[in-house]
Amino acid sequence: MSAILSNPPAAARRESPGLWALAWRRLRHDRVGMVSLVIVAFFLLLMVASYAGLIASDWNREVGVSYANPSFMAGAQNLEAQAIEQRKAAAKAPPVDLSDVDPLAPRYKEWAERAAKIAVHETKRAETLPFGGDKWGRDVLKKTIKGSEVSIFVGLASAFLATIIGTLLGAMAGYWGGKVNDFLEWFYNIFTSIPYILLILAFAAVATSTGKFGKGIVPIVLVLSLTGWTGIYRLIRAEYIKHSNREYVKAAQAIGASNASRMFHHILPNVSHVALVQLSQYSVGFIKAEVILSFLGFGVPVDMVSWGTMLAEAQNELVIGKWWQLVAAGASMAVLVTAFSLLTDSLRDALDPKLK
Amino acid sequence: MTAYVIRRVWQMIPTILGVILLIFILFNWVGGDPAQVLAGKISNPAQIENIRHQLGVDRPYWYQLWVFVKQVFTFDFGRSWSTNELVSHIILTRIGPTLTIMLPVVAITTGLAVLFAVLVAYVRGSLSDRMVMIVCTVAMSVSFLVYIIVFQWLFGFILGWFPVQGWSESFWKNLTYYAPLPIMLAVFVGVAPELRLYRSFFLDEIHQEYVRTARAKGLPENRVMLKHVMRNALIPILTNVGINLPGVFVGSFLLEVFFSIPGLGREVVTAVNRSDFPVIKAVTVYLAIITMVINLVVDVLYKFVDPRVTFK
Repeated sequence: MSAILSNPPAAARRESPGLWALAWRRLRHDRVGMVSLVIVAFFLLLMVASYAGLIASDWNREVGVSYANPSFMAGAQNLEAQAIEQRKAAAKAPPVDLSDVDPLAPRYKEWAERAAKIAVHETKRAETLPFGGDKWGRDVLKKTIKGSEVSIFVGLASAFLATIIGTLLGAMAGYWGGKVNDFLEWFYNIFTSIPYILLILAFAAVATSTGKFGKGIVPIVLVLSLTGWTGIYRLIRAEYIKHSNREYVKAAQAIGASNASRMFHHILPNVSHVALVQLSQYSVGFIKAEVILSFLGFGVPVDMVSWGTMLAEAQNELVIGKWWQLVAAGASMAVLVTAFSLLTDSLRDALDPKLK
Repeated sequence: MTAYVIRRVWQMIPTILGVILLIFILFNWVGGDPAQVLAGKISNPAQIENIRHQLGVDRPYWYQLWVFVKQVFTFDFGRSWSTNELVSHIILTRIGPTLTIMLPVVAITTGLAVLFAVLVAYVRGSLSDRMVMIVCTVAMSVSFLVYIIVFQWLFGFILGWFPVQGWSESFWKNLTYYAPLPIMLAVFVGVAPELRLYRSFFLDEIHQEYVRTARAKGLPENRVMLKHVMRNALIPILTNVGINLPGVFVGSFLLEVFFSIPGLGREVVTAVNRSDFPVIKAVTVYLAIITMVINLVVDVLYKFVDPRVTFK
C-alpha cells in the first residue's frame, strides 16, 4: 500500500493553473491587449535605456541651428536661424576705429595674439535634424526620449506610491473594521470632499514654495501620490471586508497566523489583482497629470525636460510655424496613454473574467 | 426626510473640521513660515519679523488654528499676501467668469453625451459602435493641453473665427464672444469619457428583464429605448453629473489660464505661483464645503428621480 502511495503516476500530478497563470493565458489571447503590452514595454525599455544613458544622453547638446527643420522638410525656410546668422555676421564686421580714445587700445594686439594660440573648433551646426530642433537647436527626437523618461518615471513612481498607501490604509480599514475603519473613513472623506484639482494645487503650492518635499522630481511624485491614494483605498477596503470573514482566513487564524500575516500573507495575494489594475490605471492618470503640472510650472524643475515642459515651449513655437516639438511630445504621449489604457482594460478582463 | 437631512448635516461637521485641520497642517505646519516665501521679495529682517507678527505666524500653533477656524466661519480670510486684495472679494469677483464658462459646458456636455450614448447603445456591437469607442479612447489619450494649444492656434490665430483670448465687463459679450471657444474645447474633451460611461449605463439597463417584457409586448425599439431604458439609465447619469458638479466652481483652470479668463481656477494657479497661501486656503475650504452640500442635495434629489430610494 505504502509503495503505491510513494510512487504516484507522474501524469496524474498536473497542477491546476493559478490566478496569474490563467490571467496570462487569457491576456495572451487578447490581441489588443498584447499589442498594447508590447507598446508599453517598448516605452518602458526606452525609459530604462535613457536613464542608463544608452540613448539620448546628449539631448542637451545644441547640435543644430535654431529651430532646425526636420530632415523630411529640409527645403523649408528657417527665418529664425537666418536672423541669428545675420546678427552674428553683423557682430563680426570690423567695429568703428576708436583707438585714439580707447585706453585699452595698445593691448588689443597682445590679446589677439594670445587668443589665437588657443585652439578653437568651430562646430558646424546642422541645418536639419531627424525630427527638427528646438529654439536652442537641440534635437527634438532626443529631447522627446529624455522627456518620456521623466514623464513615465514620475507617472509610475507616483502610481506605485499611491497604490502602496491606498492598499495599506484600505487593508487596515477593511481588516480591522471598527474604530480604525471609522478613523480612516473620516480621513478618506476629508480628502475626497476637496475637489481633486484643488487638492493637488494646494499640495503643489506648499511643495513649491517651501521646498520641504525634496528636490528634483520628488515633490511632484509626493504631491500626486499623497493626493491620489483614495480610489484604491476604497476598492481594497471593500475587498478586505469581503475576504476577512472567508474560511481560509479563519483557518489561518486557527493555525496561529498573526494579524499581519493574515492581512498581507494570506489576503493580499487574493486582492492583488485589484491593486494591479488600479496601478495601471493610476499610471495613465498620473502621466497625464504630470504633463499638466509641469506645463504650469509646478512639476519637474526647469533644468529637466518632460513632455509637459516640451508642450509649454511648443505653445509659443506653434505661432511661428514650428510644429514638430508639439507633435513629438503630444503624439508620443498619446500613443503611450492609449496603449496603457487599453492594457488596463485587457488586464481587468484577464484578471476578473466575471466582470465581462 | 427632514430627519435625514439633519443627520447628514450633522455628519458633515467632523469632515469639515477635518478639512480645516488638513489645510491647517498643510499650510501652517508643513508650509510654515511665510518668511521663507517673503525672503525673496523683502530682504530686511526686521521687516520680515514685523510681517510675521502681523500674520500671526509667530504665535503658537493652537492659536493659529483658532484664528483659522474663526476665519472660515466669519468669511474673513484677510488679504492676499501678494496683491493685498481682500480674499473674500477675490473669490466673489472670480466666481462669475468661471460659472459663465462652466455651466454651459456641463449642460452641453451632458446633453451631447446622453444623446450619443443612446445612439451608440442603439447600435451596440455593430461596427459603428466599436468605431465610436475606439475614437473615444484615442481622443481621451491626447492631452487636454495639446487640444487647447492646437484649437487656440487654429480657430483663434489662423482662422480667426474666435478671439485668441480675453474677457470683458459685459456678461453678454463674454458669453457670446469670448466664451464659445473655451466652451467648445471643454465640451469636445468632456464628451468622450462621459459617452463611454453613459453607454455602459445604457447597456446595463438593456439586459434587464423589464426591457425584455417591453419588447415582448410588441413595443417598438424606439419607445423601449427612450421611455423605458432612458428613464432608468438617467439615475446613474444624474449621480455622475452630481459628482462632477462641484468641479464647476473651480472651472477648468487650464482653459482659464490659456484664454486669460479671470476666473477662480486661474486665480488659484496664480496664487500657487505666488505662494499666496490665504487665497488657496480659503478657496480649498469653501469648495470642500460646497462639495459636501451639493452631494447632499443630489442625494435628496434622488428621491424624486427614483421612488425606490428611501432615506435611512
